[in-house]
Amino acid sequence: MQLSRGMQLSREELLRAYRGMRTIRDFEERVHDEFAAGTIPGFVHLYAGEEASAIGVCLDLEDKDRIASTHRGHGHCIAKGCDVTGMMMEIYGRRDGLCGGKGGSMHIADLAKGMMGANGIVGGGPPLVCGAALSAKTLKTGGVAVGFVGDGGSNQGTTLESYNLARVWNLPAVFVVEDNGYAESTASGWAVAGDQLKRAEAFGMPGRRVDGHDFFEVYDAAKEAIDRARAGDGPSLIHVCLNRYYGHFEGDAMTYRGEGEVDRLRAERDSLALFRKRVSEAGLIESGQLDDIDREVALIIDGAVAASKAAPAPTLADLTTDVYVSY
Amino acid sequence: MAKKTFRMAINEAIAQEMRRDPTVIVMGEDNAGGMGAPGEDDAWGGVLGVTKGLMPEFGRERVLDTPITESAFIGAAVGAAATGLRPVAELMFVDFMGVCLDQIYNQAGKFRYMFGGKAVTPLVIRTMFGAGFRAASQHSQCLYPVFTHFPGLKVVIPSSPYEAKGLMIQSIRDDDPVIFFEHKVMYDDEEEVPDESYTIPFGEANLTREGDDVTIVAFGRMVKLANQVADSLAGDGIGCTVVDPRTTSPLDTETILECVADTGRLVVVDEANPRCSMASDIAALVAENAFDALKAPIRMVTAPHTPVPFSPDLEDLYIPTPEKIEAAVREVAGRG
Ligand SMILES: Cc1ncc(C[n+]2csc(CCOP(=O)(O)OP(=O)(O)O)c2C)c(N)n1
Ligand SMILES: [Mg+2]
Repeated sequence: MQLSRGMQLSREELLRAYRGMRTIRDFEERVHDEFAAGTIPGFVHLYAGEEASAIGVCLDLEDKDRIASTHRGHGHCIAKGCDVTGMMMEIYGRRDGLCGGKGGSMHIADLAKGMMGANGIVGGGPPLVCGAALSAKTLKTGGVAVGFVGDGGSNQGTTLESYNLARVWNLPAVFVVEDNGYAESTASGWAVAGDQLKRAEAFGMPGRRVDGHDFFEVYDAAKEAIDRARAGDGPSLIHVCLNRYYGHFEGDAMTYRGEGEVDRLRAERDSLALFRKRVSEAGLIESGQLDDIDREVALIIDGAVAASKAAPAPTLADLTTDVYVSY
Repeated sequence: MAKKTFRMAINEAIAQEMRRDPTVIVMGEDNAGGMGAPGEDDAWGGVLGVTKGLMPEFGRERVLDTPITESAFIGAAVGAAATGLRPVAELMFVDFMGVCLDQIYNQAGKFRYMFGGKAVTPLVIRTMFGAGFRAASQHSQCLYPVFTHFPGLKVVIPSSPYEAKGLMIQSIRDDDPVIFFEHKVMYDDEEEVPDESYTIPFGEANLTREGDDVTIVAFGRMVKLANQVADSLAGDGIGCTVVDPRTTSPLDTETILECVADTGRLVVVDEANPRCSMASDIAALVAENAFDALKAPIRMVTAPHTPVPFSPDLEDLYIPTPEKIEAAVREVAGRG
């Protein structure tokens, strides 16, 4: 077996990966609690359980590389370097949120970081990724564009059309299908006809299937796909198999899931626990260092929530800015 | 007669029509839910529970869950409608219409005319609309003016549970494609709704209040707000007639013009963005046909011309309120 490129990452890189995954987990657990307590409005879709995918894919990306996300976007935002306090403020609808409180959880974006936005429209992202890849190619920035879609989103015409366009234009694009087994209450095993990798093959793209709880597997596949895109060899697809720990959105009673399913997943399929095991078995990092990160991240998330609760709301003057309204 | 929610009224209408007519089918994302999943069947009954209970009664052959692929399944509903079925398809949020619009306005809306009257397309597309849910820019729009713009489509906007049941049954029996707008903030509204089946005809406005001074035309949830304002202003000696057109296509222009002829003043309340809206459409209708009756300029109370903001503070400022409606009514009545 080929040696994992992820296992060859520097200590600093590995610590950065762990910190990213821990930040996503804590952020989402905290948003879950705050939503339950009634302090967060609107629709919130949590990424807890899926951390290794966002971090594995984005670890090597730079600001000039673009990603397009989904409704379940918090993890992608964090992985692409969005400020967690700015994100939390956005989720609280505050004026100092990343989008001025106008977007909310489903529309967090930070274009300077190459984060083109979470998306309220399933399948809204992949065509945008083709566009971002076209910009990178035309402007010769050396950048790549990565599109995340869910198993549900993988069935949208826009997604399949984007595979075709990306191949036909030979774009520096990577399509990441995050298959968490469900689209809302519908199982992906029922809704997805055929096979994700064969879909890639049908469009002439290389495809790889990975265990999305395993940072190293995701990282390796992403590195290969990103390198290919950067080298001008066109798009590829990664089918990431993973699980979500919470409901489709906060408030979902999840009666469609099997009994004990989530408890089992938390016990057996935890990307953070798996990462710890891998790095300690390989003698790469001592657990005390990871514990330190856990403590630091907890403080950062506490601070983000406290700052968001105390932050000012937008006002009437903000309602009609950022859009052409006079007529 | 029992009290029923807006949600239950729509559910009951669909169930009664499915019992009456075996060609009526339901389709949409998670309309039953739990497809292929290890837990409960009928786990969702639609994202806000409107279709719950239909699958257990009518089976998966008549209550079809779909993959997330609106172009294909809304298009399939159009094709099925043209070939013998009466689909009630759910486009979860009207904001998603961009994904499947071609199948609605270029296909469904044009078959009858374009094919020289030889086609019927008895299709209902149910869709959630409106702000107030903190659901942000891509899950909160109104968009009924857009559908009203397309010839060949019928557009229905029920303003209460009673209205919803009668209009839904009418929609299912209608031979043209109907877009049925359900305001997401109204699902738990309750009122007396008859158990038996009944229809409310299209193109016949309902006067929910009658008064001599000002005509208020309002749509969907805005009817409720207009009624509130009419009731409170009655105490102040300002009489309001509230017109609920019920359908924007067809539109009961006659009743609107008659009411304006009587009151000489018009306020239109429309939660949609103002440009090319129902508000501007009705203002134009009245300006063209009842100009001489007008004693004051027409006033429109609408959302601003912006996307719907997420922040609750901004969203509350975005949506027309009773206070804004009242101010407009007082102004045209010369009692500002
Ligand atoms: C065009 C469109 N259709 C439907 C929806 C409603 N919706 C939001 S998320 C979702 C399920 C998406 O499933 P998947 O792509 O697997 O992502 P996951 O939620 O599992 O992360 C649906 C149906 C939407 N937002 N946009
Ligand atoms: Mg999914």
